[in-house]
Amino acid sequence: MSELPQQLANGLILGAMYGLIAIGYTMVYGIVQLINFAHGEIFMVGGFGALSVYLALPTGTSLALALPVMLLGGIAVSVLVGIAAERFAYRPLRGAPRLAPLITAIGLSIALQQAIWKWYPDGKQARVFPQFKGHAFDILGATVQRGDIFVLIAAPACMIALGFFVAKTRSGRAMQATAQDPDTAKLMGINTDRIIVLAFAIGAAFAGVAAVAYGLRTGEVQFRMGFIMGLKAFTAAVLGGIGNIYGAMLGGVVLGIAEALATAYIEEIPGMQQFGGGAWKDVWAFVLLILVLLLRPQGLLGERVADRA
Amino acid sequence: MRHRSLLILTTAVTAGALTLSACGSRGDDNKSGEGKTTVVIGLDAPTTGELSALGLGIRNSAQLAVDNANKSGEVKGVTFKLEALDDKALPNVGQQNATKLAGDKDVLGIVGPLNSGVAQSMQQVSKQNNVTLISPANTTPDLTQGPDWKKNNRVRQFPTYFRTATTDEVQGAFDGQYAWEKMKVKKAYVIDDQKTYGVGLASSFKDQFSKLGGKIVGTEHVSPDDRDFKAVVSKVKSAKPDLVFYGGEYPASGPLSQQLKDGGVTVPLMGGDGMYSGDYIKLNKKAQGDYASSVGKPVEELPSAKKFIADYKAAGFKEAYEAYGGSTYDATWAVIQAVKQVVGDNGGKLPDDARKKVVDAMNKVTFDGVTGKVAFDKFGDTTNTMITAYQVDKGAWASRFSAEFKKFDKS
Repeated sequence: MSELPQQLANGLILGAMYGLIAIGYTMVYGIVQLINFAHGEIFMVGGFGALSVYLALPTGTSLALALPVMLLGGIAVSVLVGIAAERFAYRPLRGAPRLAPLITAIGLSIALQQAIWKWYPDGKQARVFPQFKGHAFDILGATVQRGDIFVLIAAPACMIALGFFVAKTRSGRAMQATAQDPDTAKLMGINTDRIIVLAFAIGAAFAGVAAVAYGLRTGEVQFRMGFIMGLKAFTAAVLGGIGNIYGAMLGGVVLGIAEALATAYIEEIPGMQQFGGGAWKDVWAFVLLILVLLLRPQGLLGERVADRA
Repeated sequence: MRHRSLLILTTAVTAGALTLSACGSRGDDNKSGEGKTTVVIGLDAPTTGELSALGLGIRNSAQLAVDNANKSGEVKGVTFKLEALDDKALPNVGQQNATKLAGDKDVLGIVGPLNSGVAQSMQQVSKQNNVTLISPANTTPDLTQGPDWKKNNRVRQFPTYFRTATTDEVQGAFDGQYAWEKMKVKKAYVIDDQKTYGVGLASSFKDQFSKLGGKIVGTEHVSPDDRDFKAVVSKVKSAKPDLVFYGGEYPASGPLSQQLKDGGVTVPLMGGDGMYSGDYIKLNKKAQGDYASSVGKPVEELPSAKKFIADYKAAGFKEAYEAYGGSTYDATWAVIQAVKQVVGDNGGKLPDDARKKVVDAMNKVTFDGVTGKVAFDKFGDTTNTMITAYQVDKGAWASRFSAEFKKFDKS
């Protein structure tokens, strides 16, 4: 069991990334009951945004200096695309049957992928993302890369900021109200259109942060990366209880740790040897999802009441 | 709960969208070749997507062969034309491309594909239409010798399929032997990507390495779309191998190698020809010391390849010829030679059953190509079993050792 701390760390880092993306699914769903399947691609363009910023900086700029600017660039691109998607793709379909925005989301997802594929310089191949130089850190028996420290700081910071925003600020409370009952909220003088844009923007900003974390971790960004990550994050959002922001982060972390532990330990269970390893990790992640949904259909933290923003 | 039915619906729609998104585009251009006969050679390779570095090298090299044949008037009265299609490394697209090419009666041969998995979907089309399919890069033994090759029960699968790349049986075994004898590795950890090519290569490596006395300290399978291998890395680390062998391609093995080294696994990663690409080094800052084998001798070291390299440079292609440039040139040239034979036998004109005659001629083709002597055995495999081991040194692949590997009796 000597690799347990390491596998937990692996899972935690991966899960924090899933969680950051899952926030976008969960917030949008909580307010407009739309599963924004283009969110994986909003994450992806954030990665390319950050990369573009890095490439625009003078060569030789140290990554530690460049990182805040890259982060801003990634967030800006993600938020821009997220808001544009809301304004031009989803808002015209606000009153339409639910299937229409869903199909639109899938179409948008393909369109964004193809746009990067076609127009980003060398976007047809994986693009190299800058990475921190230097040795990894040893924390409680687990090796943690320098790049991974970023997500370990960014994810909790983002969650605290979001929690504060939703609970304490005027806009946050307006958001909760809109999630509970959009019509009544409107009657109370809340500009629900603005709240919806805000939900898209916050989700996209988190996706931009996640994209930078992904790039630092894997050393590359590519036009297809949003698909798998988006699907996993969506799973995390459902696992944690879709509509609940803390549930999204919890779902992400649970999913990430489940994947890491499944890779490491399933094959050590007698008779399960062929069901273990990296090949089956997704299967076990989804088995977990099914089990949770069977026992708690609303997800880990999902509730049928108020706290949905 | 309406939410859940929405979720189910969403899942179904996503799955459908995934299937549909793989549809290819159809560009059509009609050809006219009055006066002179035009023979079209089809080409199928992934010219976009992750494997495009290899695919573009293949396309360019085939183009070069066609241009050279036209320039020198290799076959009198015949002008060759290359029709290159992109298969995106997807089997269903490859099949569409094969069907499209086979539908054009001027197409007498198809060069490609890169991926063994794609070849499986193209072979049947090639057989039905009697059109020669020749791959410069497929290495899975099953493609020519059938699924029972391991039991030495070898049966030719498709009379129309040939290849200028030697099989994984030879390559994986070469890797196993190289690791044991030259690298003095005692313990190896084997990872594959669950694709036709990767699994075959990894299992040939495993067989040969353990037969020689090496110990396999662990095996692992990853998904070729994965980029996060940290969980696998931790497992490899606790198994303490002297070498990690990867059966698969560079888009995944680049990040894998880097994450292995980041995670404290300091031994080299070794792979096959799917890893032997300049992009592997570009994507992986810690590639130094990693190994890859590839089919044939390094073209840079072959006297027969001097002209190819010079021509390739002169033609001004934007992309490098990569791992399969030489073998693609030879594959294309083999088709041209077969056409030459057929046209010669028919008094300088293309016969009506040209496709069938080209297939027959392919079996008998021999010439000195870029990668050495080009000829095909009774399975359609190349008779050239030269393999070379390369190692990453200062940001480039350096060749370390070449040998002809003849372990298996194919009679």
